[in-house]
Amino acid sequence: MSNLIEGFLGKSAEGKKSRMPAKLDYWQSATGLILALFMWGHMFFDSSILISKDLMYHISKMFEGVPLIKGGNPAIVSVAVAIIITIIVIHAALGMRKLPTKYREYQVFRTHMKMMKHEDTTLWFIQALTGFAMFFLASAHLITILTNPGDIGPFASADRVVSGWMWPLYILLLLAVVLHGNIGLYRLCVKWGWFEGKDTKASRAKLKKLQWAIIAFFLVMGFAALAVYINIGLEHRDQIGQRYQPTAINIKNISSKTYSKDVNRDMNAETSFRALVAMNFSGIHFQKKGA
Amino acid sequence: MGRMITIKALKYNPNSKVSKAHFAKYELEETPGMTLFIALSKIREEMDHDLSFDFVCRAGICGSCGMMINGVPKLACRTLTKDYKDGVIQLMPMPAFKLIKDLSVNTGEWMEGMSKRVESWIHTNEEIDFTKLERPIEPDVAQEVFEIDRCVECGICVAACGTKLMRPNFVGAVGLNRVARFYADPQDNRTDEDYYELVGDDDGVFGCMSLLACEDNCPKHLPLQSKIAYMRRKLVALR
Repeated sequence: MSNLIEGFLGKSAEGKKSRMPAKLDYWQSATGLILALFMWGHMFFDSSILISKDLMYHISKMFEGVPLIKGGNPAIVSVAVAIIITIIVIHAALGMRKLPTKYREYQVFRTHMKMMKHEDTTLWFIQALTGFAMFFLASAHLITILTNPGDIGPFASADRVVSGWMWPLYILLLLAVVLHGNIGLYRLCVKWGWFEGKDTKASRAKLKKLQWAIIAFFLVMGFAALAVYINIGLEHRDQIGQRYQPTAINIKNISSKTYSKDVNRDMNAETSFRALVAMNFSGIHFQKKGA
Repeated sequence: MGRMITIKALKYNPNSKVSKAHFAKYELEETPGMTLFIALSKIREEMDHDLSFDFVCRAGICGSCGMMINGVPKLACRTLTKDYKDGVIQLMPMPAFKLIKDLSVNTGEWMEGMSKRVESWIHTNEEIDFTKLERPIEPDVAQEVFEIDRCVECGICVAACGTKLMRPNFVGAVGLNRVARFYADPQDNRTDEDYYELVGDDDGVFGCMSLLACEDNCPKHLPLQSKIAYMRRKLVALR
């Protein structure tokens, strides 16, 4: 009954305003914060490929539950993706309240923005634009991972990027997410007064500098990582579906005193002794392929 | 002889059936220390008696002469023509307010509505006895109230606000700043709940998208960013 009255009048039977707008504002910020920090983490894990295929492999296995679950279970990744999708849906629903909905709103904002040339006003428009773009870009990416959780790895990811023709989407998504998320973090700070200190102007100038530095950092790192995946994907074009096997110490050739980087080695051909040594040296558990 | 400057002003009378919006171009010689107030007065005296614009104090105190100067809202009396290197200055009336004519807008009517909307007066049950000394206020607290109270209602924060332009019912920085002023004033007995009733919605503090053009353009350098964030934190914390 009270909902009927409040819905009809826009205020409760006691004549009070709803607390909902406060909650929506709070949750828009909270979900944005979670997603931005998730994006940071995600970017670092992706970019582990810049260090080595092995590191990227181990990290992807870690998200499948290794070493707690022997061999890992990709379903864990799907669960994580489902949680992120849920948060994105909530954030998008709350965020789209702010977007221009009528042509006149869009027109007046654009005119004002171009005329005034005020940085934070322009940055908001970039956020609105990238936010809108991510309704589609992020959804496409997330559905892919949700339904193919096991296909994350140095070869699997590179194949997806190149042979799966996902690189155009990843270029756009990378630009959108880095701009949207990091501008968003800056805006959260000024919106709620975080790190405000005594001198608001000085702290805001620092936050703005930090925002640009972080954007530059993630764009450089992200595109470098994407370039590496594209490179691997091109080299690996003829062996689509083949999974990466982590490097083990090559004891056959012990006199060379080097770690083998022969990534195309077929583990099925390994001796059990070699596999055992590899296991003891690297702490990795191999699954027998097709056995 | 000073350099020649060009002033382009939007001319339009919304009450006239024949008036057509256009930019009128005026060329005049710059004089030392020339403000836009001086330039516009000269134009009206010597070139175009029909050009409308508002000025009262010509010293940045009254807040009457806000206009869009090369797209940025500023007080015309505090804007020096020499700061525009290419010597071309485009003037438009402030958006968001009712256009009277040319560069003249009705900020007063809007500000009156805003004052009523946020109930911009001391709310107290205390009986004031004018024969007795006032209850003292801590100097720090009084200073904070005075600081926020320096607003001259020029409307620049409103004209600068992209949110306000998209969402005409938004209360604007001036309204939220006013709420913060009474919130800080110990003579006002309103509770957080009472303030929530005034600005606790998407047309109030939760509608602000933190574009901060208000903070960056306020000619009085009021702490708008900080005060809006403060009110947001206070009102979001209510159960």
